[in-house]
Amino acid sequence: MIKIERRNETSNLIYFLTPILAIFLTLVTGAIIFYLLGFKPLEALKFFFITPISDLYGLSELLLKATPLCLIAIGLSFCFKSNNWNIGAEGQLTFGGIVGGGVALLFYNHEGFYVLPLIILAGAFGGMVFAMIPAILKIYFNTNEILVSLMLVYVSKLLLDYLVVGPWSNPEGFNFPETRQFSDSARLPILFEGLRIHAGIFIALVSVFLAWVILFKTYLGFQIKVSGLSLKTAKYAGFKGKTMILLVFMVSGACAGLAGVGEITGPIGQLHRMISPEYGFTAIIVAFLGRLNPIGIVFASLIVALTYLGAETAQIFLQVPKYTGQVFQGMILFFLLASDFLLFFRIKFLGFKRYEY
Amino acid sequence: MNIDINFIGILIGAIMASSVPLILAASGELITERSGVLNLGVEGMMIIGAISGFALMVITDNLFLAIIGSMLSGLLLSFIFGFLTQSLLTNHVASGLALTIFGIGLSAMIGKDFVGIPGKEFPLLFVNLKEAIPLFGPIFFGHSVVFYFAFLLPFGTNYFLKKTKIGLIVRAVGDSPVSAANQGINVLLVRYCCILYGGAMCGLGGAYLSLIYTPQWIENMTAGRGWIALALVVFATWSPLKVLVGAIIFGGITILQLHMQAMGIRIPVQFLSALPYIMTIVVLVIISRDSRKIKLNTPTSLGQIFYKEK
Repeated sequence: MIKIERRNETSNLIYFLTPILAIFLTLVTGAIIFYLLGFKPLEALKFFFITPISDLYGLSELLLKATPLCLIAIGLSFCFKSNNWNIGAEGQLTFGGIVGGGVALLFYNHEGFYVLPLIILAGAFGGMVFAMIPAILKIYFNTNEILVSLMLVYVSKLLLDYLVVGPWSNPEGFNFPETRQFSDSARLPILFEGLRIHAGIFIALVSVFLAWVILFKTYLGFQIKVSGLSLKTAKYAGFKGKTMILLVFMVSGACAGLAGVGEITGPIGQLHRMISPEYGFTAIIVAFLGRLNPIGIVFASLIVALTYLGAETAQIFLQVPKYTGQVFQGMILFFLLASDFLLFFRIKFLGFKRYEY
Repeated sequence: MNIDINFIGILIGAIMASSVPLILAASGELITERSGVLNLGVEGMMIIGAISGFALMVITDNLFLAIIGSMLSGLLLSFIFGFLTQSLLTNHVASGLALTIFGIGLSAMIGKDFVGIPGKEFPLLFVNLKEAIPLFGPIFFGHSVVFYFAFLLPFGTNYFLKKTKIGLIVRAVGDSPVSAANQGINVLLVRYCCILYGGAMCGLGGAYLSLIYTPQWIENMTAGRGWIALALVVFATWSPLKVLVGAIIFGGITILQLHMQAMGIRIPVQFLSALPYIMTIVVLVIISRDSRKIKLNTPTSLGQIFYKEK
């Protein structure tokens, strides 16, 4: 017989081990799914998780995809830690991309050291402003931030679509839905010749460091944590709840906006319809998998970026649709949440004797 | 003149038809939320319902089986959510999001062999009456059985919640699970049932899209309808009859923007397509402004984790 009882305190070791358990369970379930689809499970898993990163190019691609995921998840961790459910990072990324891209297009035939910093600032600003919409509506009208931030994703994607098809489309582009190519000084520098990994990774790393300092070393970080644990306590302590809602949304929007400009000034180099393969949604999983902890998020972003790459490789070698990656991402989050049960409860094996209450 | 009246009838009929998936999903989610559970996986369950309904239709060539299968698949998916949130006490918001991401991915994975296959004609009821009666004919007749079910559902839901004992139990569980448990009610069982029912209705809403409304499979064909259904529950302040009103308003906006596009009005297509989403935000603001009105019907324990020490 087994008995389940609540733990008096959660153990730190289990707190960081459960994500690994979740990944393991995802792999096992993934193998079963591949088997059911008629593939050799181990071979399929190898194509999915090992082949993509077995050369230098693959590793560079991994970092390339982990960069925006990490940036967005860092921002989201501020929101989630304080119980603000911003799930519209995809929209903030898109809007940041639009604003940054707009500035880049202004300078399409200019060169100069000031161009790139301007674009990056504009992108962060765009994401920030876009994230302020659900925050302000929540503060003043009590609206549900989940629904508002999500609706804005659709709005921003349609706006991008309108711009690249209409007013911003390349005049010499034969009506393709894309803008002009950005000028060279509007592009993030490539780190290694022949690989796509770019300087955006430093923006992500700096934000990881800043997030760690803010969350663990400042009074603001303390306020964010307390409001997440208990809103009543936060109110009692006199924290300014409304200002904080606005602030965490601004941080998270700015991060998503940065991820957006990182994409368009990095690997893409122009605006078109698909500037993000749903990084904004996947980053939600990254944030949870990393336990809303900046260092954890770095590792989580690498693991989840691998599911993107794996899906692409598996699409080529096994002809499975690229959405398999999303299935794996969903499963990781399922298993992570499920294994959290071990955090708060312990399972006691009581032998096979009859247990009496 | 006669043509004009019929056109209005057809327009209203189209608006009602486009609101059907919203009514189904929102009515299901309403019961789930009334029991105190916030399931954000509506979009995921709808899209799984859409693909499994369509796939079963193609494989078995039997529309009845397809409809039942879509409901079962929505139910199965909601069971994952129920198990996580009720038995493993996970966070409702995160679990629901995981369900949506998983559902969209899985539907595309299953659906890759079904892209481009034409759908089957779904039998429509009272077709002869549709042409015989001006104005009201195209509004009320010549629709599918799911259509009529959807428009009766809010009334049934209303009756269930307000007049039946089980409805009272559901509301009690949603408002105070602890007191309900002390009265000897099996809170977990009630919540599981409500979650599964919500899942089945979302599956049916998805199947309506892929089997009846636009009979084919397109990746991501629910296009945010699940999220709009979630917003509708808030809009309706958790009362079933207002779901009907909200769904028709949204159906109206959808049809209106399609007609404006077709008429070639000089507004960019994208702005018209964004209308339903912007309207959702506007409506949410208007409804949520009065916090007392919202709180009147909000299940008190909505989204909170319930754990009974054994």
